[in-house]
Amino acid sequence: MAIEMTYADAICRALKEEMAKDPTIFTYGEDIAKQGGIFGQYKGLLGTFHDRVIDTPISEEVIYGSAVGAALAGCRPVVEFHFADFLFTGMGAIVNQIMKIRYMAGGQGHLPIILRGPDGRAKSAAAHHSQSVETLFMHIPGIKVAIPSTPADVYGLYKTALTQFDPVIFFEHKLLYALKGDVPEEETYIPFGVADIKRPGADVTLVATGRMVHESLRAAATVAQADGIQCEVLDLRTLVPWDKTAVLASVRKTGRLITVHETWRRAGWGAEIAATVQEEAFDALDGPIRRTGARNVPAPFSPPLEDYVMPSADWIVEEVRETCKTHAR
Amino acid sequence: MPIAVLTLLRLHETMVRIRIFERRTEQLFLEKRIPGFIHLYIGQEAIAAGVITQLRDDDYLTSTHRGHGHMLAKGADSKRMMAELFGKETGYCKGKGGSMHIMNFAMGVLGANGEVAGGIPIAAGAGMAIRLIRKTDQVVACFFGDGASNRGAFHEGLNWAAIYRLPIVFVIEHNCYASTMPTTESTSVKDIAVRAAAYGLDGVTVDGNDVLQVYQAASEAIQRARRGEGASVIEAKTYRLKGHFVGDPQKYREPAEVQERWASEPIAPFERYLSGIGLLGDAERAAVWARAEQEMGEAVRFAEQSPYPEPEKALADLFAVDAGYDY
Repeated sequence: MAIEMTYADAICRALKEEMAKDPTIFTYGEDIAKQGGIFGQYKGLLGTFHDRVIDTPISEEVIYGSAVGAALAGCRPVVEFHFADFLFTGMGAIVNQIMKIRYMAGGQGHLPIILRGPDGRAKSAAAHHSQSVETLFMHIPGIKVAIPSTPADVYGLYKTALTQFDPVIFFEHKLLYALKGDVPEEETYIPFGVADIKRPGADVTLVATGRMVHESLRAAATVAQADGIQCEVLDLRTLVPWDKTAVLASVRKTGRLITVHETWRRAGWGAEIAATVQEEAFDALDGPIRRTGARNVPAPFSPPLEDYVMPSADWIVEEVRETCKTHAR
Repeated sequence: MPIAVLTLLRLHETMVRIRIFERRTEQLFLEKRIPGFIHLYIGQEAIAAGVITQLRDDDYLTSTHRGHGHMLAKGADSKRMMAELFGKETGYCKGKGGSMHIMNFAMGVLGANGEVAGGIPIAAGAGMAIRLIRKTDQVVACFFGDGASNRGAFHEGLNWAAIYRLPIVFVIEHNCYASTMPTTESTSVKDIAVRAAAYGLDGVTVDGNDVLQVYQAASEAIQRARRGEGASVIEAKTYRLKGHFVGDPQKYREPAEVQERWASEPIAPFERYLSGIGLLGDAERAAVWARAEQEMGEAVRFAEQSPYPEPEKALADLFAVDAGYDY
């Protein structure tokens, strides 16, 4: 059986279930307790766990760095970063403390920390409230990276994150919080590092995460109908670890690969996937791997400017047609 | 406040052990037997001793890049510390931390830290876990220098500790230099403890080279924290008798200034005091130094005889559960 719920409610459900079982889980950050989060992503949590849902001052360095102390003192902190853009104001605490301290200590202790918050574009939120920065956290070793696209996935990945022992960062796209979808009625745990085929297909592999999974699905529907091209949409769900096996298997089937992310195209995580595929499955490729990502400028404010910069289903359709035209089997 | 005889002797021995550990370390580094960077605690021993000897085993502390003294005072085994400085498998961090990042979570040492003020948010988090979630009477001692008091984390952290009434004792080791910059040029106030008032916390300035003054101030602050009455700030004024790091050319100060400050280093005056009240005769004093020399000599031997970690161990310890993916 499944229940229909929003992406935001699916996160709350996972938190409520695990907080009820584990009294050391607590969550804090800006605007989360009384307000329930600026996108409603903590709605109703305060009523159930009033002393474990804590509003904090706007003090990013301590918000992030305190998670290390809380974890080492025996708790499971779930820390809101408010907007992915503001990760930078406390980046030292994340990169130099959260992501390194276990390693530097020679493996002592556990750091079951969740950093979470909204990322990506909204509608004209402009350059200080629109960034997708997941690639940075994939590049620097020390944190597991989840970037789920559906209510069921975000629910299952949270369930896993709340019961394991390493730092995890969740990127929750602003435009996905209100998305509705079926979530299993029974408690489910989705492992990290396992991709999900959101649409099977034999001609082109689209590897995507987060909101771009939905744009890829729209593009796949368009080219299936208009061009008879069958895209396989592979949702990585987590970037650290990322499911290399699934990507290679799909590429061996289709012979064509397009990576799709909202973060910048230049040195975005699609480049890592592309490099790995050419190293390990060069023989399977019928043509060059293509990468879709935002143009390399900060997110502009004005609607036509923003749309010009940010990737969309239309861009993906063009990429699919291009790769099938030039590199027919 | 009367202090037990055994406590007085323990304060003395702790300071001597730190001094000898640091002298050995300096020598070993100059002989190129220890890799990396070394920041010595020489001259500041009274602060670690005065505060940390009053902590319980289950209390926490956060330390700095100049952290050997804090570890030793909390009860660290000098052998495993020295082995860490050598980068050996038997070190506290199995050779992954080194001098600047020695930690032992089981002992409550949540890290020396390579980032100035890096320990302040960590202390804030430990304080939250204690006060808001686990509701125990543990205490966190948070050590940092005058340089850290100019970082944002200090100001965010003091405010944070105040609003949640966290059981933290912030200890500012005001040693007159932040790296090469004199505090008089880097810091807007003469007594950094006055900054506590801006956040509604009690702040006190003491002579950090007088172990009894440090002990007294720490005793009050620790008890206040343990009673659930919140955080306090202790500024312990001292002087960094050595360079910022071993090998520092020290172009920013005159040798005469350092020479003059040696007269007020913390150990000899305390020994005169103990001798004056009949607690430490010449023979007893010599025995304490000799014991420390012997202990640290054994620590060096242990470190030198210990194996280096196997190179491929570099790939372990990042995550508790490694999913088996590429690094």
